[in-house]
Amino acid sequence: MVPLWMYLTVAAGLFCLGVFGVLSRRNGVAVLMSIELMLNAVNINAVAFWRYNTTIASLTQPAPSELNGIVFAAFLLVVAAAEAAVGLAIIITVYRNRRSVDPEEADTLRG
Amino acid sequence: MDCTGLCEVIAQSGLDVGLAQFLSLLLAVVAVSGVPLVTVIFLIWVERKIAARIQDRIGPNRVGPFGLVQTFADLLKLLVKEDITPTAADRLLYNVAPLISFASVALIWAIVPYTPYHFGADLEIGALYFVAVASLGTLAIMTAGWASNNKYALLGAFRVVALLVSYEIPLVFALMVPVLLAGSMSMLDIVYAQGGMWFVFMSPLAMLLFFISSQAETGRAPFDLIEAESELVAGFNIEYSGMKFGMFFAAEFLHVFTNGVLIAVLFMGGWFFPGWQEPLIAFFWLGVKASLVYFVSLWIRNTVPRFRIDQVMKFNWFFLVPISIVNVLVLSFLVMVLKEIGLVPLDEAGNMALQTGTFVEMLPMTIVLLLSNVLICIPIINRLRRSGNESRAELEARAASRAVAGATGD
Amino acid sequence: MSQIDFSAIAFFIFSLLALGGGFGVVTNRNLFRGTIWLMVSLFGVAGLFVLLSAPFLAAVQVLVYIGAIAILFTFAVMLTRSLTHLTARYNRLWPTAIGAALLFAMLIVGVIWPVFGANEAFAVPASDVVRNTTDLGLALVSGEGYVLPFEVASLLLTAAMIGAIVIARDVDEEEIGE
Repeated sequence: MVPLWMYLTVAAGLFCLGVFGVLSRRNGVAVLMSIELMLNAVNINAVAFWRYNTTIASLTQPAPSELNGIVFAAFLLVVAAAEAAVGLAIIITVYRNRRSVDPEEADTLRG
Repeated sequence: MDCTGLCEVIAQSGLDVGLAQFLSLLLAVVAVSGVPLVTVIFLIWVERKIAARIQDRIGPNRVGPFGLVQTFADLLKLLVKEDITPTAADRLLYNVAPLISFASVALIWAIVPYTPYHFGADLEIGALYFVAVASLGTLAIMTAGWASNNKYALLGAFRVVALLVSYEIPLVFALMVPVLLAGSMSMLDIVYAQGGMWFVFMSPLAMLLFFISSQAETGRAPFDLIEAESELVAGFNIEYSGMKFGMFFAAEFLHVFTNGVLIAVLFMGGWFFPGWQEPLIAFFWLGVKASLVYFVSLWIRNTVPRFRIDQVMKFNWFFLVPISIVNVLVLSFLVMVLKEIGLVPLDEAGNMALQTGTFVEMLPMTIVLLLSNVLICIPIINRLRRSGNESRAELEARAASRAVAGATGD
Repeated sequence: MSQIDFSAIAFFIFSLLALGGGFGVVTNRNLFRGTIWLMVSLFGVAGLFVLLSAPFLAAVQVLVYIGAIAILFTFAVMLTRSLTHLTARYNRLWPTAIGAALLFAMLIVGVIWPVFGANEAFAVPASDVVRNTTDLGLALVSGEGYVLPFEVASLLLTAAMIGAIVIARDVDEEEIGE
């Protein structure tokens, strides 16, 4: 079987790729995509830790609270969907007003 | 994982057990994916024959007996045609899109239970798998439209994606009805739950909704805005030629029959037929039911005129989506009530278990659910009649004013 | 052990998809291709979910991400199309790259090193057979489960939907005149 640390390594790699993308890309859509990568890295971790958690007595008949890993991942999916919808709406509005999708240039509110 | 059946035979030839398991699984995958590939070749012939008969023609009849080999001739023609890739196209995505399109349909067949013993995979999440895989088709169309680097292809893709994404909603809500009744998303469980009574008798409205929205998902008439050949040049596939073009169409032909099979499995009891339990006969019954739905689909395709894009959207958002939501709500409420009264077959744990129910045990709940469906349908039909009358009055008024303008003659 | 460990092979394939796709997302010049790479990456993650015996999550992942979010992204890419071929792809390329690499190293040392080999409890999964779709449904709506977060999540989705429509709605009359 694949041990836990391998999943964690993949998740860490994905998260760092996402961090790199968020901090460096000049396109708002690309930044949002990188955020999706980071959220997915978190999801992998949540499910992997749940799967390898030996304190759960029986996975064949788990208590509702013992499914926390999957439940958290499901909520993260909801958050990701909401974030993508609102984020893209904002990017399209910014593009409409300023003809730019560079997050650096949307600085009207800067004091 | 145990090693029985085919795997055992392979392992006896001295191979490693793991390798034998792998080989037997591989063979099973080839067999399962072979079914749709062989089916589609035959389907194209059937479709052309039926379309021809409806339009009072004979159809393909030159190549082979009854034109049976016609599809192979067409295949040969498509293969020797020039395979064009536009210079400005995104080469990789352009070539991958037809593959995704076909794969999205062929993958559905992995969960179709042909008989109690013959199926690709009995996934616990079968229904969800179907929705997830079918959504790949949207992606294929978007990719094709974009990668062609042609504004008409892109516009066509936008039209289609708007249509497909909208009609996925009533499709999923209709799909929830058999899942809800069977208490499981596994296709096998859904079929077993219909051993006593088919779901079509419990909720004909759900089957109708599923049928209409799946007809839209295939992009067939009356929803064929994807490729309205008499109005547009073509849709997202305008730049495609040869076999790549053929793959989009093979996917479409197969999708129609796949929907037939799915409706047979989800609503018409799969392999069950009163009085027959033999596995091979079971396979035959599934085929008969699927062909019946397939035929109705072709019938509609060849007789109903095309919607406009605004009508398609309005039909979905103001008609199908509300009805499908109301249907699911009413059904789940009634099932809860019926469970409290004790009119549904229950297992030891007190959960609803249609898998164990017989025809007589299911009869009361069927009658109640059917009645609820009829009650939902009455206002719908009234509303339909009213809106039909309104649009007819509008058209007649317009025609009359035109006639007046013509008579005054200026 | 003579049996081939297929789950390990599958793990490496899916990891390759996830990481390779992620790399494509952050490096690709062409944003539409970036979206396709994102789908490849998320598909890899869905495969990892299957290996972690969360098939429901895998199917939802494919459905939500590839069926909805990725399509949304392609629409956004095309609506802002004139800018998909930016000449400069990155702000502060090298400092950020080094920062991300450092973060990775920190994660390796801080999070992964403690579980690597040292603790036998984390070497094998807790159990082999998991049937979790029904259980997940019960966990989401039962009182001792997660019914409150579930309601909050649905509220969040509704709010996001309304918000997205309000923000992206084209109300300016002069916009049409452009």
